Amino acid sequence: MTDSGDSISRRSLLAGAAAAAGSAITARVLRADGAEAAAQAGPDPTKVPGDRPQVLGSRSPHETPEKLISSSIGGVTRTPLQDLYGTITPADLHFERHHHGIPRIEPEAYRLLIHGMVDRPMVFTLDELRRFPSVTRTYFLECSGNGGAGYSETPRADVSPQQLDGLLSGSEWTGVPVKTLFAEVGAHADASWFLAEGSDAAVMARSVPVEKAWDDALIAYAQNGEAIRPEQGYPARLLLPGWEGNANVKWVRRLELSDRPFMTRDETSRYSDPLKDGTARIFSFEMDAKSLITYPAHPVRLEGPGWVGITGYAWTGRGRIARVELSLDGGATWASASLQEPVLPKALTRFSFGWRWDGEPAHLMSRAVDETGYVQPTVAEMQAARGPRSRYHYNTIRGWKVGADGTIGFATV
Amino acid sequence: MRATLWLSLAVALTACVSIDESGDVADSSTPAPIEGPGGGGSFGFGRTASAQEIAALDIDVGPDGAGLPAGRATVDDGLAIYQARCAVCHGVDGTGGPNDVLAGRIPGDGFPFATEAARSTVGNYWPYATTLFDYIRKAMPFDAPGSLTDEEVYGAVAAILYLNELVAADAVVDSATIAGLVMPARDRFVPDDRAGGPTIR
Ligand code: HEC
Repeated sequence: MTDSGDSISRRSLLAGAAAAAGSAITARVLRADGAEAAAQAGPDPTKVPGDRPQVLGSRSPHETPEKLISSSIGGVTRTPLQDLYGTITPADLHFERHHHGIPRIEPEAYRLLIHGMVDRPMVFTLDELRRFPSVTRTYFLECSGNGGAGYSETPRADVSPQQLDGLLSGSEWTGVPVKTLFAEVGAHADASWFLAEGSDAAVMARSVPVEKAWDDALIAYAQNGEAIRPEQGYPARLLLPGWEGNANVKWVRRLELSDRPFMTRDETSRYSDPLKDGTARIFSFEMDAKSLITYPAHPVRLEGPGWVGITGYAWTGRGRIARVELSLDGGATWASASLQEPVLPKALTRFSFGWRWDGEPAHLMSRAVDETGYVQPTVAEMQAARGPRSRYHYNTIRGWKVGADGTIGFATV
Repeated sequence: MRATLWLSLAVALTACVSIDESGDVADSSTPAPIEGPGGGGSFGFGRTASAQEIAALDIDVGPDGAGLPAGRATVDDGLAIYQARCAVCHGVDGTGGPNDVLAGRIPGDGFPFATEAARSTVGNYWPYATTLFDYIRKAMPFDAPGSLTDEEVYGAVAAILYLNELVAADAVVDSATIAGLVMPARDRFVPDDRAGGPTIR
């Protein structure tokens, strides 16, 4: 049992690999043989009436991206990063990391209480929250335990992007700025922290510096244009752009302003980062710059030499991604990838790089640089700074080794 | 034929426009953005919270002991509760269960969590004992969260502190014990010094 949900069960690994391999094989057969493609295509769609529209859309039955459920007791699912395009994660594929399941909350019964160091403690209904001036912003969300399997110079090779780093998603969030609510209740100028508490069975609670509220924190009630889904915090959640997932308390029911942090279990025993000098970093909120190639990646197999559109995600909790560099030779040389505009702060940025594979073994790597000048480090650099067993914030350089036979395995340096 | 097509298109366009015009988004003027404490006026949404409403939810316990309720328990009482309600998941002595290891000290008070495969426990990693009361009262036992009385929570805390060699076998644990206990890991916790820029921390 791990705390951060970064364990990958053998069974889910095998299942994921088998499913992905299956669809890759089908795709290859279809492309290779025109006659077979025609045979599988069914009746000519221009010669039969089309289907009627439905009240709710659905995916093509041929597109079956799925979250990967891990065995964690509190609840963990991973986003199928390798199956997605652009920078927005469909809400039903957004990763989950719960500490005690998904609560059922009646929207009529929902209340947000704000109290503590305020002029007037207040409660707000969901309708009232929705009536405040709202903002809509695009942000990534990542569990701070994401990618622990990559914090090794000899990681296992047979992991997909989803298995490795699937506790990462990107959404457009709509909600009311916490500062609007804090102004409404008359937050005291000397309040320096607030507790955010959820109404799940874990009663998840985290202390947050008040500056984050005056900056960009939101009480979000919508995601990708619709009400937040239950597993993402329905009817409302705290959103702390660029900060570790756990602090973005879902199903938020209470904000308590204070002049000191509360030292909850999930900011002391968990989500603190031991360091090699015998200390542990506490309140390590910001997510450092990170990037990951999602194609080509295990278990995809390159069919043969030719043009390959390398692509993936880069993101940083400290603002914008400045550039992403690509290496084809395990980090010996680097070249700039192109970034999909617009590059938004604290949001997923899609990068791409055209590569003509000559059929020789290669070691693909991506390295994100953010606008503060931070460069995504190697495992060796990070282990030298923190120690080999440090927990959380695993943003080291990720790589994929391509064999002469086109098979691909995860590999760091 | 051609004329009908244009006509129906025109109807469709008019329909769209009229929907737009009748939409309730016409008056979307929003109050000026509010900047910082004390800025801007009130929107008038929400209502004052009653004292009971606050009391029902405000059960958190601070590191200074603020919020600890009245009550006390002996280690013996606590071990009985622990064996009945906790041991199945956390092991009879706080180790060896299917869920989190709760007990254990590292010889010489080392703190090797970044360098070795060491298990963090209440005794070797937790900076405050108040956290134990706060967390158990809200979230444990996992199969019936929040079901313990305050006395039972004191008991569970007493048991876990005892299993970590932090209180004696004959101890009575109350709010003063919990708030006054200086946990072995108290001084290990340091603020986040990462700040972007070229240095890897
Ligand atoms: C059904 C199994 C189960 C029972 C019974 C149970 N726990 Fe737990 N306990 C868990 C799980 C699972 C976690 C981890 C939850 C998480 O990570 O969010 C946990 C976590 C904890 C932690 C935090 C550990 C850490 O290192 O952060 C404490 C303390 C704790 N339990 C105390 C208790 C006490 C006291 C009882 C009895 C009153 C109890 N538990 C009963 C399953 C259980």
